[in-house]
Amino acid sequence: MPTMTYLEAISDALRTEMHRDESVFILGEDVAGFGGAFRITKGFVEDFGKRRVINTPISETAIIGAAIGAALNGMRPVVEMQFMDFVTNGFNQLANVAATTAYRWGIPVPMLVRGPAGGGVGGGPFHSRNSEAWFAHTPGIKVVCPSSAADAKGLTTAAIRDNNPVVMFEHKGLYRKIREDVPEGEYMVPLGEARTVRSGNDASVITYGSMVFTAREAAEKLAQEEGADIEIIDIRTLVPFDEEAVLASVRKTGRALVAHEATLTGGFAGEIAARLADKCFEFLDAPIRRVAAFDSPTPFAPTLERAVLPSVDVVTKALRELLEY
Amino acid sequence: MHNSVQTTIMSSSQQTTATSQDIENSIDSRAETDIVPPIEAGAHLDDDDRRRVFDFMLQTREFDLAMLRLYRQGRAFGGVYSQMGNEATAVATAYALQEQDVLFPMHRDIGAHFVRGQSLHALMLNHLARKGSMMRGTDGTGHYADPDKRIYGNISHLGAMIPVAAGFLMASRLKGEDCVAMTYIGDGGSQIGDFHEAMNLAAVQNLPLIVIIENNQYAYSTPNSESFACERLSDRALGYGCHGVTVDGTNPEAVYDACFEAIRNARGGGGPALIETVSMRMRGHAEHDDFSYVPREVIEYWGRRDPVDRYEKLVLERKIMTADEIAARRKEISSQMNAVIDEVVELPFPDAEEGFKNIFMD
Repeated sequence: MPTMTYLEAISDALRTEMHRDESVFILGEDVAGFGGAFRITKGFVEDFGKRRVINTPISETAIIGAAIGAALNGMRPVVEMQFMDFVTNGFNQLANVAATTAYRWGIPVPMLVRGPAGGGVGGGPFHSRNSEAWFAHTPGIKVVCPSSAADAKGLTTAAIRDNNPVVMFEHKGLYRKIREDVPEGEYMVPLGEARTVRSGNDASVITYGSMVFTAREAAEKLAQEEGADIEIIDIRTLVPFDEEAVLASVRKTGRALVAHEATLTGGFAGEIAARLADKCFEFLDAPIRRVAAFDSPTPFAPTLERAVLPSVDVVTKALRELLEY
Repeated sequence: MHNSVQTTIMSSSQQTTATSQDIENSIDSRAETDIVPPIEAGAHLDDDDRRRVFDFMLQTREFDLAMLRLYRQGRAFGGVYSQMGNEATAVATAYALQEQDVLFPMHRDIGAHFVRGQSLHALMLNHLARKGSMMRGTDGTGHYADPDKRIYGNISHLGAMIPVAAGFLMASRLKGEDCVAMTYIGDGGSQIGDFHEAMNLAAVQNLPLIVIIENNQYAYSTPNSESFACERLSDRALGYGCHGVTVDGTNPEAVYDACFEAIRNARGGGGPALIETVSMRMRGHAEHDDFSYVPREVIEYWGRRDPVDRYEKLVLERKIMTADEIAARRKEISSQMNAVIDEVVELPFPDAEEGFKNIFMD
């Protein structure tokens, strides 16, 4: 099995799907030639031509709107947001056109809007956002947050093949940080199936995206220092949400920490915590804990950014308190 | 791409075109001094076409009158958005399309739906949100899509469908299909960012997109003078590098000729076009709105330019129909409408469970 970075895995999935299905095409800013700001589509225009790898003006509304129109006309467009922060410029197209089309018209809108999200890289308030909760709160849109290279490939494939609008938040901090075994050729990870990253019996960490790594570090630390046996569930997709997997884990361990890099208030951790409280209250040995970013924009200077984003230390402390409750 | 960039005011039969400034300058004109020029036969419609265009305009007018009756009787459901004043534009624009072309209409373009062959029954089911309607009760009015008739309705966020229409054409091109898209926006909606982004993308991609700006003087209650500062909205075409023209929106001959030429050019690879049709919204934004903010003189000015009345004169003059035939046809359409309405209003609303379906497609 070849090893790939998270970034290469996404690129590989896009390339494989474009070879497999002529209806898949890419549009976005700087995606042709230059290959996108992070070079995910580098070399694509040479292989697939300018009609299938389309450079667009800086017009997120038009890009996402055009993808919707192409999807209505039988294509499977993949839109790259140069940074997922800029999806706000096309929010109306996603929230009001794409998300309501199946409901109102019964016509599928198979399209993927993907791009780099997340902080920790000095991106400042406008290149660091984790806005997955906005989309999870918009019925009609699927929301994907891969955390491993293999998942990045498999979920990209599944998102392209899905008959609905899918928004995928790739954590830019993971792009080149992780290199893992990734299956060759066509590889699909179904949307809506959580992954057990680490099995354990003492407490469950329910998380996704970059926080999977933060949680893993915290769990290893507690295992070494205190012999704690922490389970980590990566939900992989917020919509659809694998509720069964999450409930099963917490019913087993009796303790739950829900963690994400996005800000706390109104974040998806609140939804998960509510479902846990609702559906496995009698299994809980401690109140459900949440770890998330401080409710602020993501600041620029490293000292500030480190302070507001959830760290291994914060997760470790929360887990320790959870175990000691 | 080598478009000949031009913004023109069409000559000959379209010389009656009025800009917003012209209208402001002329609202004092009195009936006795305000000469409404007769509609002259244009370049591209023949008398068979004229009979059909006029008939679609009559259907549109009768549909409007029927919806107003329903509203007054308290039997309409949701907002009733009048077509009055826009019949020539809605019909003559869509009439210029070919069967394989695609229509992205707005809420005052019911005439275009008739041209595309939409049935009154289907429209009424939708407008009255009854069981069996195309959108199962999830939404109403002209917001539906009917892919068989190549109609994709608007959402309420103005301008949102213009980039969607552009993307539809990008797919057509990838599939090697001959397809022109026509979409509509108003004097108000053409101020939103979607309009700009989509026009620019369509021009850059050289897409056969025909965007009709239905300049009917008011965005809800806001007059054009508070919406934009350019003389003609079609002047913007120059900025996008596409074709632009302003025509009299109450004159179906002028509207059709402008569309015919823009479509021919676009189909031949000449890129998108911006066609401004100048007319007046002769009712409120919707029927709850008494549009008392419109000066009486303006209503009177445009009342003398009623598109149906104006075109009827040409139809009579060219002996396409007699006055008796027109009266009989109006009566026939009206009774057909009433029959459909009487049937549809008796139908139940959709089953509540429809509200839980189709959030996602399999």
